[in-house]
Amino acid sequence: MVNKRSSPWLPLFQERCVALVVWLAVGLVTTLFLWLVSEIVLQGIGVVSWEFILSAPQNAGRDGGIGPMLVATALIVGVCLGVSVPLGLGTAIVLAEYTNENRRLSQWVRRSLDVLAGVPSIVFGLFGHAFFCLFLGLGFSLLSGGMTLACMVLPLLIRSTEESLRAIPREYRLSAAALGLSRWTTVTRLLIPLALPGFAAGLILGVGRAMAETAALLFTSGYVDRFPTSLLDSGRALSVHIWDLAMNVPGGNSHAYASALVLVGLLFAINLTSSFIADQWKKHALT
Amino acid sequence: MKVGLVQEEGRTWSSYTTSSLPSDTRDAHICAAQLNVWYGDKLALHDVTLAVDRGTIAAVVGPSGCGKTSFLMCINRLTDMIPRCRVSGALHLDHLNLMSPTIDVLALRRRVGMVFQKPNPFPLSVWDNLALPLKEHGVRKRDELRQRIETVLREVGLWNDVKDRLGHSALALSGGQQQRVCLARALVLSPEVLLLDEPCSSLDPLSSGMIEDLIVSLRGRLTIVIVTHHLAQARRIADSVAVFWAQAGAGWLVESGPTQQIFDSPQHPITAAYIQGHRG
Repeated sequence: MVNKRSSPWLPLFQERCVALVVWLAVGLVTTLFLWLVSEIVLQGIGVVSWEFILSAPQNAGRDGGIGPMLVATALIVGVCLGVSVPLGLGTAIVLAEYTNENRRLSQWVRRSLDVLAGVPSIVFGLFGHAFFCLFLGLGFSLLSGGMTLACMVLPLLIRSTEESLRAIPREYRLSAAALGLSRWTTVTRLLIPLALPGFAAGLILGVGRAMAETAALLFTSGYVDRFPTSLLDSGRALSVHIWDLAMNVPGGNSHAYASALVLVGLLFAINLTSSFIADQWKKHALT
Repeated sequence: MKVGLVQEEGRTWSSYTTSSLPSDTRDAHICAAQLNVWYGDKLALHDVTLAVDRGTIAAVVGPSGCGKTSFLMCINRLTDMIPRCRVSGALHLDHLNLMSPTIDVLALRRRVGMVFQKPNPFPLSVWDNLALPLKEHGVRKRDELRQRIETVLREVGLWNDVKDRLGHSALALSGGQQQRVCLARALVLSPEVLLLDEPCSSLDPLSSGMIEDLIVSLRGRLTIVIVTHHLAQARRIADSVAVFWAQAGAGWLVESGPTQQIFDSPQHPITAAYIQGHRG
């Protein structure tokens, strides 16, 4: 009966230690996040204004604003989504609904997607440069950049959509089949609305990754900081602009912080609106 | 005798299989002969020969894992949905050879409705649950949709409960109501056969009784095959009973016949023991 382990204060002590470690970890992560954001906000907020958001940069970005970068970023992300959403949704549906999970083909597709998801962005940049810019002759253009980003985003999008399709109970598919519903109706009317939250999650991750991407865009959409006039124009994405100001332009720091603040704000806004839209759509489609 | 997959649609099975079937099965609505079902290498249903007459209620009883559901799923070819599932033998719905690889499965499933064990209305509104299959099978006019949906909801006794909230999610209904939506969903296509896979097993006694009354009210209009664990229920509602049993993992048909005969004078010792509650 007299056992060291059974002494009353030891378990309590252990409990406290574990709690302390856990809370320390939480505190550390939160502090890091807050520090990062407050640094950006404090250093950038003085520069940000409508003028800054809308006007073109001057003096290599030390003065002026980020208007062209915002336009270029929007176009690049637009191209990226235009390519990756239909491709991603289609692939995920084929993988989840039309192939057997254990078939060799789908296993290979899945494995290569997982590898692709972990490939560094600079490799995508080199590939995009070689394929879109040179081989397809699109040159340094928003189109090349957007499509390169689409290649990067696709694995994330496909896997998360596929997982959420697979998570849908088999009963729905069986009862749909028992009613003589075609595969197409089952997929479009039942499965896609049900898989929407997963799709939205993949999309948010993807857009976040695309908007924050620098390395892949340096090689594909280029660097030019005027307002783009077509998709075949070269253009400078916001993240590239930040990198340029921070690394190449002495005295560009305050504008780099301001641009970063705008970028973080945009990502935040996109996160909120996309989850809101997904909620609404789901409610609308499923009630 | 091998009844091949090559048999063509529209030809009668009798010219092929008469010799192996009991003679009284010839005007049966559903007729299975030496039906086998495999899942991969595992035999799940062995050599079932069974006929169900038109407009009657046939109960399939037996312990879990004896192939009752597999048998049902052969009749609407839901077995196609299960990877590595293979069916052999002969199975006919009227003169339609259900084993033929070329039959229009979607059209077949319109003729053969099914309700599952767990209530599983689609996560859509009550209206859409019923309109979706109707639209899929070519009913597009709003008036006709409305009329057919109302008729079938009245039939399952749900109209007064849901008429003011047809646009609300079917998942907001109670379990018994959800199962009645599922029954309505199967009936809205006016099928000629209804397959029921333990439709009452996850319901409370009251809802269960309602579903049972509904099934009885359909007698004569539809041919009904119901899998059930309740022997008492089978005895109350069924015209004929088939007792399935599992042996070495594979289900087989022990005995089938009119309800009264099965319950009063079972021929097989397993049936007798099962009926009296000694086994299963």
